[in-house]
Amino acid sequence: MKEISIDPITRLEGHGKIQIFLNEQGDVANAYLQIPELRGFERFCIGRKAEDLPQITPRICGVCPVAHHMASTKTLDAAFHVDPPLAAKKLRELMYSGYYIYDHTLHFYFLGAPDFVVGPDAPKAERNILGVINKVGLDIAKEVIKHRAYGQKITAIIGGKATHPVSGLPGGMSRPISEEERAEIENMAESSVKFAQFSLQVFDDVVLKNKKYVDLVLSDAYKLRTYYMGTVDDNNKVNFYDGKVRVVDPEGKEFSKWSPADYLNNVEEHVEPWTYVKLPYLKKIGWKGLVDGPESGIYRVAPLARLNAADGMATPLAQQEYKRMYETLGGKPVHATLATHWARLIELLYAAERALELSRDKDITSTNLRNKPGQPGEGVGIVEAPRGTLIHHYVLDEEGLAKKVNLIVATVNNAPAICMSIRDAAKGVIKGGVVNDGLLNMVEMAFRAYDPCFGCATHYAVGQMPMEVKIYDHNKNLLRTVQR
Amino acid sequence: MTTQPKLKFAFYWAASCGGCEVAVLDVDEAILQVIDLADIVFWPVAMDIKYKDVEAMPDKSIDVCFFNGAVRNEEQEYLAKLLREKAKVLVAFGSCAHLGGVPGLANVADRKEIFTTIYLNNPSTNNPDGVVPQTRFKVPEGELTLPEFHDTVKALNQVVDVDYYLPGCPPTPKRIVDAVMAIAKGELPPKGTVLGPLKSVCDECPRKKEDKKIHHIYRVYEITPEPEKCLLEQGIICMGPATRGGCEAQCIDANMPCTGCGGPCPNVTEQGAAMISALASILGVEEEKDKEFDPDKLMAQVKDPLGTFYRYGLPASILRRKVMKK
Repeated sequence: MKEISIDPITRLEGHGKIQIFLNEQGDVANAYLQIPELRGFERFCIGRKAEDLPQITPRICGVCPVAHHMASTKTLDAAFHVDPPLAAKKLRELMYSGYYIYDHTLHFYFLGAPDFVVGPDAPKAERNILGVINKVGLDIAKEVIKHRAYGQKITAIIGGKATHPVSGLPGGMSRPISEEERAEIENMAESSVKFAQFSLQVFDDVVLKNKKYVDLVLSDAYKLRTYYMGTVDDNNKVNFYDGKVRVVDPEGKEFSKWSPADYLNNVEEHVEPWTYVKLPYLKKIGWKGLVDGPESGIYRVAPLARLNAADGMATPLAQQEYKRMYETLGGKPVHATLATHWARLIELLYAAERALELSRDKDITSTNLRNKPGQPGEGVGIVEAPRGTLIHHYVLDEEGLAKKVNLIVATVNNAPAICMSIRDAAKGVIKGGVVNDGLLNMVEMAFRAYDPCFGCATHYAVGQMPMEVKIYDHNKNLLRTVQR
Repeated sequence: MTTQPKLKFAFYWAASCGGCEVAVLDVDEAILQVIDLADIVFWPVAMDIKYKDVEAMPDKSIDVCFFNGAVRNEEQEYLAKLLREKAKVLVAFGSCAHLGGVPGLANVADRKEIFTTIYLNNPSTNNPDGVVPQTRFKVPEGELTLPEFHDTVKALNQVVDVDYYLPGCPPTPKRIVDAVMAIAKGELPPKGTVLGPLKSVCDECPRKKEDKKIHHIYRVYEITPEPEKCLLEQGIICMGPATRGGCEAQCIDANMPCTGCGGPCPNVTEQGAAMISALASILGVEEEKDKEFDPDKLMAQVKDPLGTFYRYGLPASILRRKVMKK
């Protein structure tokens, strides 16, 4: 189910489990990514008080607690039939923008950058955040640490705590911010806009000006032609906090657009016996197995998918960068999985610009933050978590206790595509039984681009995810175990 | 630094959310002090050291192992036992290792019920053949395995002997640094100590108490509490009186009640019972003799007592789990 998707890879043998099977020619017959953990939130949330769910569900993931807090709080708005005051919505979105600054900064510099800044075939020991620091210098490293901390600080000011915030209530927010707090957030947001622009410049200098990297990004081993899903505002611009879910087909044409309450008509999940994670697909197309293309219901979420599914960004600087990315990569949609890193930086810029706008909004220090909830019923709430569309769905009883809970977590949406990307990358690098050490990082890069949330500090600490790849020959003998 | 050899630390996570790892990063520059004192010899999130490497380490060769997360499946249980053998000092880090934590609420059900809810009886799942994950499964190319999912979630000390406990969901950066420094400097308190202040959240809370009784319990969304006054005295169940402090009452500062992540107060074993007792002493009317007093009616206002009083501690409580009818 959902929660396992949040902490996969590092949990079995402390790691993810990728099994690669070779055929008689020594080529890849198949590869499996297994998710070895489950905690059962959908069961034990039953019977809990509705208002406790925005604090219980963030424990699914300590890396993305704010996304769950927000999705859960919005689900309660719907279930209690209450529309929060405009000021409360803005305050929530400001907190959420701050959280994006934290998350996207972290994942670009600590996770994605080592492959590009240090190099995909650089020695393993250097291909980490320390290697990035060596390359870019300590002053820049300090900026990275500072802006990560700014993001956490914005969440903590508005949410009470950065990890596992508490301030969301059905119908509003528990506490206003003071003028001093507002000014502090404004300063941090202003600095984050510059930092995001600087980060895009780094990407330009390091990746885009290096033909080898551009070729790698656009190579077939890292391409999947899938549907894309993301939340958009009234103008079809990317929105993290609220809007309608839009799906585009592999040609980039709108396939569907729906309100959260309609998710069950649009998304369905498939169960495989070899993994604890469920595999979602577009219901109107159906499950056709782990294949891409317009006939398969597999879709993707997260930064690149969001940009593909939208018509642009709602802030001016991010919009310029959006246009530039599609002009550079040959139009929409972009199927190159590794372009997700670029899309993530464009979103970082959007989050910072949006935080700055909201911090200057006249309503942001308003104390009118709560409307009275109505009778408890049923509700669906959707936000865009950094790793993609996040769906919460609750049915409450007449006492406001949870009767049914369903969760489709961001990374779960990407689970089928991640399985395919790993298989395809493995097929691309293993030929005729030859397995070289570059394999692991090439395979790893395929799924690192999704930033699958390992519910953990994994990527931050050294920018490598510990994992184990086992390779079997056609007689099912273990040929080799590659670990890092 | 001294000429003495550096200490050896290990970090491991079991059934948890990763928030404890984020909390370690949130100590910011203090992490440099820690690195100065100790080498980290095992940290699956961050390092390329495998189980077999840990298995090969001599017993008691790790000075301190910080273990976060509850024990939910067979692999986590194996690792808890392995790290207990290899570590001189084992610290249960965060609410899940300490008391079972939020994932410990799953003790209201067993594996079968959880699988049914998630894979079989679920509104977005299309599963006509009733497939559920298997610990061993043959695919055309070979066999795939998964660790077994247990019926019951356990706190770390229900699986192995634990030396110290660091409470909180997650522990605050300050608590982490204090605990690590105390251990690193050999200023070790008696075994079994909870590494937190000897006071309750109430003791840290700046709100004013008037020692008044409450007639009605409110849900947090039903009233907007006054910001200066005790939440409990305004009728909102706040776990502050029954919860160990050390968090600087952050949740209460955000105008929301304490939910108990710090675990029981010093010298109290049963947090839920302590809170029920605290509530019993405050529920009532000012002048009992001249009002109709019906304690049952008042207590009936407490919804979901399990999730309220045992949010972070069901596995470690005397309740432990729901008895399943077979």
